[in-house]
Amino acid sequence: MTAVRERETTAAAIRREHRLRKHLALTLLAAAAIVALTYVLPPFRNYQLATVGAYLCVTAGLTVLVGLNGQLSLGHGALMATGAYTLALMQDADPNLPLSIAVAVLVTTAVGAVVGLAAARLRGPYLAGLTLAVAVVVPSITSTFDTTFNSDQGLSVAVDPPPLALGYDFPYERWQAWIAWTGALLTMLLLANLTRGRFGRNLKAVRDDEAAARLAGINVGRTQVIAFVVSAACAGLGGALFAVLAQSVSPGAFPLTLSLFLVMAIVIGGLGRLSGAVWGAVLLVALPASTHSVTDSIDVSPAVAQRLEGNLPLAIFGVVLIVVMLAAPGGIASLKERFRHEKSKARARRARRAGPDNRLQ
Amino acid sequence: MDRFVFLTFDGLSRGAVYAAFALALVLIWRAARIVNFAQGAMAVATAYAGYSVASATGSYWLGFAVALAGGLLLGAAVERVVMRFVDHSSPLNGVVVALGLVLVIQAVLGMIYGNEFRPAETPFSRDAYDVGGIALLSDFDLFVFGAVFAVVGLLVLLFTRTAVGLRMRASAFAPDVSRLLGVRVSGMLTLGWALAAGVGSLAGMLVIPTELGLHPNAMDIVFVSSFTAAVVGGLDSAVGAVAGGLIVGLLLSYVSGYLGATVAPMAVLVLLLVVLLGRPGGLFAHGKERAA
Repeated sequence: MTAVRERETTAAAIRREHRLRKHLALTLLAAAAIVALTYVLPPFRNYQLATVGAYLCVTAGLTVLVGLNGQLSLGHGALMATGAYTLALMQDADPNLPLSIAVAVLVTTAVGAVVGLAAARLRGPYLAGLTLAVAVVVPSITSTFDTTFNSDQGLSVAVDPPPLALGYDFPYERWQAWIAWTGALLTMLLLANLTRGRFGRNLKAVRDDEAAARLAGINVGRTQVIAFVVSAACAGLGGALFAVLAQSVSPGAFPLTLSLFLVMAIVIGGLGRLSGAVWGAVLLVALPASTHSVTDSIDVSPAVAQRLEGNLPLAIFGVVLIVVMLAAPGGIASLKERFRHEKSKARARRARRAGPDNRLQ
Repeated sequence: MDRFVFLTFDGLSRGAVYAAFALALVLIWRAARIVNFAQGAMAVATAYAGYSVASATGSYWLGFAVALAGGLLLGAAVERVVMRFVDHSSPLNGVVVALGLVLVIQAVLGMIYGNEFRPAETPFSRDAYDVGGIALLSDFDLFVFGAVFAVVGLLVLLFTRTAVGLRMRASAFAPDVSRLLGVRVSGMLTLGWALAAGVGSLAGMLVIPTELGLHPNAMDIVFVSSFTAAVVGGLDSAVGAVAGGLIVGLLLSYVSGYLGATVAPMAVLVLLLVVLLGRPGGLFAHGKERAA
């Protein structure tokens, strides 16, 4: 009996090690690809790449929460703001970037724990409403405590230039991309390991059927709180990276629309898959950029162009979101599976159609 | 004391609007088990339409009528074109689609009117009458009370005294049985959405002039306050929504009067949190609420 159990645990340990090794290899591969990419791309594209990395931290965490655990948070923009403001205040006191980022993540994690404790007791629209309130209300805190947060003007973030060891003419944007993607790849590695194992199964079990999960011995509340805390930590990291990239923070950078955009991105990218988070992060940067080039190319007055530029991405995101929710609730990342599914269905149809003929022969 | 009296009346006037808006949320929740997160954006859209007509024709009341009619139409259209096709296996889907609508509506408004605040005039003066040296109510406040009172009264009459109201309640309560008995359940659902959006538009027309004016995001904070009001009253209860609206209005008025206007949004968040954690069924819940 014990021998069987021992063998099982060894098998699990080997599987875990396999998984870890596979994820590590993938991460290193991705890191190499990113580094290579930063040497090819022009500075502005590198900045965009860095932005994708910062978004990826947030969308990956949100995917775990919404997609794997079924808790909808509309407040992640506010959590990003928490991380960003913490980083700004830390950098102001002592410009040690890794430390500031770590503190930003910790503070956001603590805030996330508070919201998560409340969230674990709420379901569906109640949870959405509460997190929406968080997203709308938190930016106004900067006006309440304006001596600390400097109200609408926000704070500037001092970031050191790239280390001299990299060379005198090392482009700043490449350095930003490296910082952002270090955070993003670490996040992806941790989340991929976290969600594949037992914890990932618990998350999905709680999402699919709370009563069944409870019967199977899963602590539903704890699982939900942990999911929220993990995803808040990711949002804090993303927010901190944003502050580093923009070199400033202000409440205007974290409106309700940002929180909605994040949800849109992971829904469109595909819920429940970390690859969906990558798609979502790319979309968040690519869509506004491409509408910018569209409004540049059409010949309208500057005022109209400005209106279009600010609002076209919103409209496209909204329409795509509605269409995706109505037509393909799995998002982009599920299209491949759907395609495969359709193909096998078509094959089955063909086989059925061919069936009677065969019998006639 | 003078200040307290003034803040109380101000709070009741604000609360009446929140009550109307919360009532709109409750109407849709009872009919379709969806919290319409697009309610605020829809109300702003009709308010823009109303004020456009008002400034083109010079008649506020024509604009007012257009806003309300626009609300009814928009509500019916949203139900027929979008919400009807939402997969209800997860309660998240309805919420996410509504948020998509918020983005679309705000983007279209921003494209047409621009993302700056536009002044919104009122049909009546907003100068408060002095009674014994205490500023109490303005003509506009009286108009707000009258309009909300009339709408609540009409809705009560509709749901308790008319055949249509009975059918609407029946389709929400037992759709299959109602269908068997010959009620057009889907039509009742559309009607419910239309009515709710109409009430939402009324609330928008009443609240926008008292805040900063017309803006695509003008109703965001109003939505949060009204959602809180609806939750305070229990999402299922119309009476609760009205009471919740008045409670939230008074709270906001006292907090911004005594502690400063910037603290008010946080007070709403705290109230929402306390009620959700303490009495998720609402303060006026009797019996077990139905599952989402």
